[in-house]
Amino acid sequence: MSLDYLTALIAAVLFAAAPLILAALGETISERAGVINLSLDGTVLFAAMVAFAAARATDNPWLGLAAGGLAGAGIAAVLGVFGLLLGASELAVGFVLTLFCRELAYFMGHGQARQPGPDLGALNLPFLSDLPLFGPAIFRQSPVVLLSLVAVGLVWFFLMRTRAGLVVRAVGEAPAAAVARGLAVTRTQFLCCLAGGALGGLAGGLYSLSVKPGWGHPQGCEGAGWIALAIVIFGGWKPVRVALGALFFAAIQVAGIALQDVLPGLSGTLFQIAPFPVMILTLLVVNLRRSAAFREAARRVPLLGRLVPRTAGGAPGAIVGALDKGF
Amino acid sequence: MTGRTSSLARAGFSLALALCVTLAIVAAAGAPPLTTLAVMLDGGLGSGQAVLRTLSALVPLLLCGAALCVTFAANLWNIGVEGQITLGAVCCVWFLRDLGLAGLVPPFLAVPGALAASMVGGAAWALLSGVLRTHGRVHEIFSGLGLNFVAMGVSLWLILGPWKRPGMASMSGTEPLPAALWLPALGGRPMSLWGLILAVAAFVLVAWVLNRTFFGLTLSAVRQNAMAAERLGLRPKRRMLAAMALGGALAGLAGGVLVAGLYHRLIPSISGNYGYTAIMAVLLASGSLRFLPLACLFFAVLTVGSIQLPLALSLDSSLAGVVQGVLVLTLFAARRLWPAGNTGSTGGTRNRGSAA
Repeated sequence: MSLDYLTALIAAVLFAAAPLILAALGETISERAGVINLSLDGTVLFAAMVAFAAARATDNPWLGLAAGGLAGAGIAAVLGVFGLLLGASELAVGFVLTLFCRELAYFMGHGQARQPGPDLGALNLPFLSDLPLFGPAIFRQSPVVLLSLVAVGLVWFFLMRTRAGLVVRAVGEAPAAAVARGLAVTRTQFLCCLAGGALGGLAGGLYSLSVKPGWGHPQGCEGAGWIALAIVIFGGWKPVRVALGALFFAAIQVAGIALQDVLPGLSGTLFQIAPFPVMILTLLVVNLRRSAAFREAARRVPLLGRLVPRTAGGAPGAIVGALDKGF
Repeated sequence: MTGRTSSLARAGFSLALALCVTLAIVAAAGAPPLTTLAVMLDGGLGSGQAVLRTLSALVPLLLCGAALCVTFAANLWNIGVEGQITLGAVCCVWFLRDLGLAGLVPPFLAVPGALAASMVGGAAWALLSGVLRTHGRVHEIFSGLGLNFVAMGVSLWLILGPWKRPGMASMSGTEPLPAALWLPALGGRPMSLWGLILAVAAFVLVAWVLNRTFFGLTLSAVRQNAMAAERLGLRPKRRMLAAMALGGALAGLAGGVLVAGLYHRLIPSISGNYGYTAIMAVLLASGSLRFLPLACLFFAVLTVGSIQLPLALSLDSSLAGVVQGVLVLTLFAARRLWPAGNTGSTGGTRNRGSAA
């Protein structure tokens, strides 16, 4: 395997991962504050449409991206009003929103379908892009890669190293204790929900303005939001691990495309759906590893002990068991 | 009495608000709002043909709605209905193609056998996500959704691969089955009365199971407190799996009826969003079996009516889904703003003060 091929492979994985990283980071912030935003898949799709339409209207892809982020925050605001202020079931509202946003995106985007439009283009930073292996993969391609990597750092720093991030984690871990401590729980949750939605919206913009440019019915990013939701669980609600999870799923997609040339007998649709069984399998493995039964077994069988997660990890306290409730 | 008035007031409020929001959305898309709604209603109810089309959309919606009532009764988010329909359709086509056409089963048994096969297929697909939930700790929202995509992939693979039309594979589906292997149609129209009869029977069966049997009672015990149900020896995991299997069988039957009664072949995305639409209908009826047929009928009118939109006004037919979403959301809001009327289902309010 030549160095050029390896660089191209890294570039392809980072490129495919960029929107997944943003969407999963957004959901991480939201769930860390104790709000499960199931509308993510619809948010990504609707924001993709809004971003593309706005980019065409203003002829500026960056304004389009901003519009996508705003659209994502708007949908999250609907969830926040219903779930946090009116006290409706977040799961039900989120799920309805995801279906609604998908249909709304196709309906409102009818005029944008298969139209040419601006995209985010490509970076070419001097010096940096000449670095071996990662230079061209990060600095001489679409700016979305750099954007997503910077976002990982920012979200990690915010959640883990700032006072505001500590408040967010406290609110999500033990809302009752946070109330007793005098923290504005609902306001924090609402703001995190908005921030998470905005990141999901940006992810949609990355799809329609760079990764899968353009709009159509289907657009091509359907299901990405669900993958991102699973990635958050897979990454144990930790920003850096979540980003690694996104890279893992992007690698599967890229491997599918690469394998298509090697094994032309298998149809392309099968590779498109490959991430979904992998999603189920990873959730199965991750959740079984965290289960009490597995810890119990690991105590008796020596080699299994290495597979037990070292940190307690797991879901933020406020959302433990939330998925087990009905509508 | 106050309960009834407030539930009427809520329904009226949400309908009016949903109408306003829908009109605004249609206007924002640059279309004449009132004409658009008129085209939709006319397309769903305007003629005898339209009514028959609406009724044939009602059949899978009723079956899937009944399926979802069973799984919601056990507190399961059965998002995988879409995939269960697809698997039901696949099994139905398999039975009719490989056993019916080959003459391995007597002709009078071919269609009933195919419908039974579709129920087995749907139940197996649902059990897969049920087992992942009860024994693998994977939530059924994720497994159901993932399996929906997998089921779509399976049907596409069959259409383009092993079951392709002689000569060339085509996205228009597999070779149509001979008329001897169809559900008897109603006066030559693309609508089988048998489908409607089956759907109504299934619905009555589900209502009876949930309200009048011990199994229904245990499901409700599992829903309200799984831990207590476990202590009472009700084996919640087994009940959940049974609910998934029953729900999957009904959804699979919907797929079987779509094949044997409507399309007479396997087509890509045969599930036609009915699974998701049925979830919306069940949420609109807030899990009440009494209102569910009405919700299903309304959504069937919208779904069928919206098919006219691309031709008549060059709008996307997804407006039906938009209206459904708006309506469910406004009803959620109304139910939260006037919580007086108790419709039996206590919403999933999260007690924010006490973290689990």
